[in-house]
Amino acid sequence: MSTDAAPIVDRSAPSPAGPFLQVKDLRVHFPTDDGVVKSVDGLSFSVERGQTLGIVGESGSGKSVTSLSIMGLHPPGTAEISGQVVLNGDNLVGASAEHIRRLRGKDMAMIFQDPLSAMHPYYTVGHQIIEAYRIHNRVSKQVARKHAIDMLDRVGIPQPKSRVDDYPHQFSGGMRQRAMIAMALSCDPELLIADEPTTALDVTVQAQILDLIRDLQQEFNSAVIIITHDLGVVAELADDILVMYAGRSVEYASAHEIFTAPLHPYTWGLLGSMPRLDRERTERLKPIQGAPPSLINVPTGCPFHPRCTYAELTAGASETERPELVEISPRHHVACHLSAPDRQRVWENDIKPSL
Amino acid sequence: MTSAPTDAATSQSRASAKSEDLLVVTDLQKHFPIRRGLLQRQVGAVQAVDGMSFSVHKGETLSLVGESGCGKTTTGRMLTRLLEPTGGTILFEGKDITHISAGKMRPLRRDVQMIFQDPYGSLNPRHTVGTIVGAPFRLQNVKTEHGVKKTVQELLELVGLSPEHYNRYPHEFSGGQRQRIGIARALALKPKLIVADEPVSALDVSIQAQVINLLEDLQDELGLTYVTIAHDLSVVRHMSDRVAVMYLGKMVEIADRTPLYERPMHPYTVALMSAVPIPDTGRRTRRERIRLEGDVPSPINPPTACRFHTRCWKAQGICSTIEPPLAELAPGHRVACHFPENLIDLPTPTVGRPV
Repeated sequence: MSTDAAPIVDRSAPSPAGPFLQVKDLRVHFPTDDGVVKSVDGLSFSVERGQTLGIVGESGSGKSVTSLSIMGLHPPGTAEISGQVVLNGDNLVGASAEHIRRLRGKDMAMIFQDPLSAMHPYYTVGHQIIEAYRIHNRVSKQVARKHAIDMLDRVGIPQPKSRVDDYPHQFSGGMRQRAMIAMALSCDPELLIADEPTTALDVTVQAQILDLIRDLQQEFNSAVIIITHDLGVVAELADDILVMYAGRSVEYASAHEIFTAPLHPYTWGLLGSMPRLDRERTERLKPIQGAPPSLINVPTGCPFHPRCTYAELTAGASETERPELVEISPRHHVACHLSAPDRQRVWENDIKPSL
Repeated sequence: MTSAPTDAATSQSRASAKSEDLLVVTDLQKHFPIRRGLLQRQVGAVQAVDGMSFSVHKGETLSLVGESGCGKTTTGRMLTRLLEPTGGTILFEGKDITHISAGKMRPLRRDVQMIFQDPYGSLNPRHTVGTIVGAPFRLQNVKTEHGVKKTVQELLELVGLSPEHYNRYPHEFSGGQRQRIGIARALALKPKLIVADEPVSALDVSIQAQVINLLEDLQDELGLTYVTIAHDLSVVRHMSDRVAVMYLGKMVEIADRTPLYERPMHPYTVALMSAVPIPDTGRRTRRERIRLEGDVPSPINPPTACRFHTRCWKAQGICSTIEPPLAELAPGHRVACHFPENLIDLPTPTVGRPV
């Protein structure tokens, strides 16, 4: 996070044993009566310690399913998971539930979107933090309680000594989200997954929470995956961005590249459909036509082609052939059939002037 | 609030020179009683809205913004008379509708309609789209030229749905389509005023842009007047002609869109603007963010005088003793603050501003 001006993180020196978290060709399919829902269909990415990956996409693009499968939180028997999730050299796909349970909290932790339903209403906030801490650390209740108070203080909850005995419903929305962050960080996890951590919050509180995640990451040097639909949020936090569409990755590059030189028409569409405070107000927004596809009947070829303005430039390839995610320039991957000159021309003439 | 009515009056007379006021709201209040004990005695009140004065001109879009709990939804519901105001007056086309009975309100419902935030909760799942959108015609006994069905199908086309959707049920539609059904229902009787409560916040970015464009097209086509309630400041800037910022039940600033975004005067507005995440990685380091501490205070015991003084970085002694009036500090730009920001070109000695 220290490389703000040139956000491309130095990747020349990866740890010898490979990246800290590596996801390879992850597929999560849910068999239903109507057909197989291919929520995630061949997703690959990696995150280093101290680095932040942003995953963006519309609802139903498979963002949350990805995070739940990394954490091993799909109930057994509901999902067919294949591929590899390698955390610190340890493949989690197919590992026993007991093994993953031991990793949860200590090695990886998650912040959920809705803190009211993610916290147990029957137990005090302190009780829930202490419970997690004592599972991974052999300490007395008093020590764990002191740790819980420390954590609540760290995330900025006023009077943590008395608030530790409060129930979740006695906290406001922003404080609940802080308490959940305290819970997630109580065992210094090396991987933190934040699934829409600020979507339910007001902008002022959102700014506080984003600052908090950033500060804590610097302190603990953990790897962070932030999942959101808000491009503003990832621009604040992420080093790398993965754009998902219909369970697949369509573009994967550094945050700086995604915002200054995006290559995929879907990314162009996302950037164009947002009203922006930092630009002159335009008379009309440019929405992406149509609606996201059903994950049971994913369109053939490129799943984005029915909504893509530039599909006809590919001479039919986008309707029949699924584009692979290829590295077009160093560390910039894109899954699109557009030829390089076409892409360059469209970007220069149509997209860049209007963004 | 002593000077507010006079201020409102001056700005109204100025405004009526260029356009007529459709709606004039003076000192609007809503206090929800808190009852306790066996006799259900009133022990306090949630001061959800406490003295709002503004007017809405014909054909414009006025947006109410603020954090959750600031009373913007309550204000919207009072304008449509879904809630009974505790005090103040609402004039719609010169007619006092503040305490009008439900029966007398019914004919006015043709002219005042509402679009709700949650497209899942606001449509009856047991009714077909045809029944839902056709309900206003039946309730108001409106005869249409070619029958209700034909008119409903035209409405569905107008909002970008297809006429075949007439016999389908809400669950068969996506969130964006449902929101369109809600919009079609609101438009059915060609209302003059539409109160839209967070019309796009439940939708994905690409769909959000479609609905915003639709609302703007309909406004141009049918000459609608909108009061929108929203928390997303970039969306608000795109949609509105004028913006009113609310904090804890009071209006703290109201101005035309451009002056408000370019030169916000109230510290709260300044803080809100600086908290919006900007989708541009290059700005990460350069931005000066004003970080508001803590949460919005409780509207049961709001802070004395200026309600923002507990979180304001400019607050001084006077802020907790004397309530700042909503004074016109620039033409059409009214602010309630003792120490406003961005006061570059002071016009004539300002009214009601303590020296």
